[in-house]
Amino acid sequence: MDKPVVVIGAGPAGIRACETLAGFGVRPTLLDESQTWGGQIFRQQPGNFKRGFKDLYGFDAERAENLKQTFHKIREQIDYRPQSLVWNAEQNRIDILHKGKTEKLQWSKLIVASGATDRVFPFPGWTLPGVYGLGASQIALKYQACAIGSKVILAGTGPLLYLVAFQYASAGANVVAVLNTAPVSARMKALPKLFCLPGQLARGMYYVSWLKMRGVKMMDGIQIMRAKGETRIEGLVIKDASGKIHELECDALGFGYGLRSETQIADLVSCQFNFNPVQRAFLPAKDLSGKTTVDGVYLAGDGSGIMGVEAAELAGQRAALAVLTELGLCSSKDSGVVRQIQEIESRLQTISKFRAGLEEAFPCPENWIDQLQDDTVVCRCEEITYGDIKQTVLDCNVKEINRLKALSRSGMGRCQGRMCGHATAEILAHLTGQSLQEVGRLRCQPPVKPVPISVVADASLSQESA
Amino acid sequence: MSQPEPSSKRSKAGLFQRLKELDRPDVEFFINGDKYLAKLGDTVLTAILTNQTAVRKTEFSGQARAGFCLMGACQDCWVRLADGQPIRACSTMIEQGMQIVTNFAQGNNHG
Amino acid sequence: MDDKLFDVIIIGAGIVGSSAALKLLDMGMSVCVIESGASGSRSSGINYGGVRRQGRSLAQMPLTQRAHAIWGRLKQTIGIDGEYVRSGHLKLARSDKDMASLERYRELTADCGLGLELLGREELKKRFPYLGERAVGGSFCPEDGHANPRLVSPGFALAAQKAGAIFLEYTTATGFAYDGKLFQVKVHNSDRPLQSRFLVNCAGAWANKVCEAFGEPVPMDCSHPLMFVTEAVPVFMNVSLGVEGGGVYARQVTRGNCVIGGTQGYALDEYRARPGGDGIRTVVGRALELLPDLQNVQIIRTWSGTEGRLPDREPVIGLSSTTPGLVHGFGFAGAGFQIGPAVGEVLAELVAQGQSTTPIEAFSISRFRS
Repeated sequence: MDKPVVVIGAGPAGIRACETLAGFGVRPTLLDESQTWGGQIFRQQPGNFKRGFKDLYGFDAERAENLKQTFHKIREQIDYRPQSLVWNAEQNRIDILHKGKTEKLQWSKLIVASGATDRVFPFPGWTLPGVYGLGASQIALKYQACAIGSKVILAGTGPLLYLVAFQYASAGANVVAVLNTAPVSARMKALPKLFCLPGQLARGMYYVSWLKMRGVKMMDGIQIMRAKGETRIEGLVIKDASGKIHELECDALGFGYGLRSETQIADLVSCQFNFNPVQRAFLPAKDLSGKTTVDGVYLAGDGSGIMGVEAAELAGQRAALAVLTELGLCSSKDSGVVRQIQEIESRLQTISKFRAGLEEAFPCPENWIDQLQDDTVVCRCEEITYGDIKQTVLDCNVKEINRLKALSRSGMGRCQGRMCGHATAEILAHLTGQSLQEVGRLRCQPPVKPVPISVVADASLSQESA
Repeated sequence: MSQPEPSSKRSKAGLFQRLKELDRPDVEFFINGDKYLAKLGDTVLTAILTNQTAVRKTEFSGQARAGFCLMGACQDCWVRLADGQPIRACSTMIEQGMQIVTNFAQGNNHG
Repeated sequence: MDDKLFDVIIIGAGIVGSSAALKLLDMGMSVCVIESGASGSRSSGINYGGVRRQGRSLAQMPLTQRAHAIWGRLKQTIGIDGEYVRSGHLKLARSDKDMASLERYRELTADCGLGLELLGREELKKRFPYLGERAVGGSFCPEDGHANPRLVSPGFALAAQKAGAIFLEYTTATGFAYDGKLFQVKVHNSDRPLQSRFLVNCAGAWANKVCEAFGEPVPMDCSHPLMFVTEAVPVFMNVSLGVEGGGVYARQVTRGNCVIGGTQGYALDEYRARPGGDGIRTVVGRALELLPDLQNVQIIRTWSGTEGRLPDREPVIGLSSTTPGLVHGFGFAGAGFQIGPAVGEVLAELVAQGQSTTPIEAFSISRFRS
């Protein structure tokens, strides 16, 4: 097919989408930036590593194994292209960077399963070597069998906090402390919502009690004040729930406050975005099937809203079924399909309730902005400080996020706002007394990630005159 | 300059600590012309950070950085090969003899 | 505010509209500027940033020299330096024919004060060793330069605001009328029209709506310049670069990023444009040919925008041909950044005195009447 169905992202959502498509005789093209399948949650370790899935993925080992079997089963039925970065996307066409060459690919249908990254907010000293995201800390262990340091503090909030702490301690890392910015009361209040997925809830409670029994120092309701150190992190200064200040020695810190969706590709193909107050972010609009406002474009998985791995797999199947219906390859009247869709959508609803509970149990910290100093870096790439941003907002009467970016440079660097965009929006909202929604969202342009000039340059044009 | 500790031992010189998968072949590589050891299966980031505590210095203030997201999103771990080619350390595998340059002249330090 | 009668309403808060507002306030008039987006964010904000006299038509020489003087006091005028530098502008020849063209231009403009120097291949290699092989010579204008449009254009708007102009951003003008004494401008977010004695049309690529409302439509179309910016690298480009015949232009800022453009993007809607994959690859190919040392440098962002232009690529500047009190200043075909501040002053003069000290007959809207 010269205009294939293209799936972007070989994580759980992308793989399930491909499985469903292949099941109806479609040969999708599966593009993924990494060398192996799995996305982040099931990132495959290098080929010469020996740990088993139980070691790597714990309670999710079975899910990972199923996905692996599925991937190998469909391998020959799909056009799988690893190490392929989609650096540009438009109606009908994408540009891919693969092993030092770029090529364009026309698509007929697009399923974007681009996943997520850590959501972070700055604090003084967060750019010191040794400070990583929570997800990053997990990848160091999962993918490279390393701990990020020999005295590790894990901090922030979200389900990842206790999971990573558990995984680190189980693997023999020295976990100095596990510090939750959310108070215990938040978890208690959210319990009713969390009960709708009792298995997930049980896991979380298991991690917490396991860590407690091991005597790992655990605190709740803390505030991160600053990281100390000269050339690397040497300690973390926090305020506990009663207001007392503690200085904890460490040589590494993994922190994060949940995840944020990678929505650049959806933006580039002109999907409409809506503000999602639960996720505190603008997300591409989609219906229950994952269909967006753009013809032929579907979304699945954490790349369009954080819902976790089970939801990602279901959404991948659901989006594929919608594509197949559009292609006329499966009928919305077929009772088997109808039942499958109902089951998926019903399960997704339940998961959605659970996720809302998680956001309540692990809310974003409220007063992190108070800890910022004028010289605290907010935009890591361009080294724009909180003081720079404040001055710009004041001098130029800035109210909107893209204007703030243009005038202060925050968000203008290599990562194009992935690490600082949410923080900058929160800061702008705070400084101007506006809501997060009112300050707007950062516009995306190609390239999705930095690409070298030599690779993108179209050599065939070098002989032509202007 | 004395030969650095083989990275199979607890590394005081580096950031990352190897917990498992210690039984892998050694890989020799270079950072700014100095020889170091890593293990086959390491990313460039791991290779550097089991030997040193930083991966690069920022263009504008010269601050040390050691990556951040480990998943190719933050763009904070770019280094170059000796021929000038840029590589993202967290998503590139180390290879025998790789010549990594972290102190290439970058942008313009404004201190 | 709705009941207030302004001396002047200006449609469009780009560099032209904003500098007109600034000058009008200086003359003691009350001004309201209506802008459908954020001030200085459209053509004035997305352009390459060249502050360039070389290459303009003879007709634009008086305007461009007037602007040159304004740029020379930019900091005093808008309070920021906007990263403006007089780096010089080097226009390259890639053939003997190109070189002859550059020589002819130098002769044509000999009395205009540009100070053009023609450079041969050897001189080029000596002074600009980083240029690719195809450059056989060039024309160098020492006092031309570049600035950051994202700072300068909103900077003019901010200065005008500080001086007392009312800026209505994110406000679309939906209707225009004149009753013989006053202009009425309807806006999308209010029931009451705004009123003024004078109306200044600086609506850029959308200026024809105003022209049509007053019975003097012009044959405007749009272009969408495509640009990219690189990561910061050590400064090597000591000049703003262009080529005879067009197609690629490049500059480097003191932070080290290279800003390079050429080729066209495409429209997403009436206001927005974006770069396409082919356009990006083409301009990057041209950039690599112009500057081979960029080989391993990474692109971090591309963008496009919308610019208005007329068939003869000259702007419309001057009094309306149909309506007293209406003044036009639009259609700069992608070359409005440098002359913008001078056009603003001219428009203010047209409002205040009905004429300008700078010759602008060549830009009359009447030239489009059949």
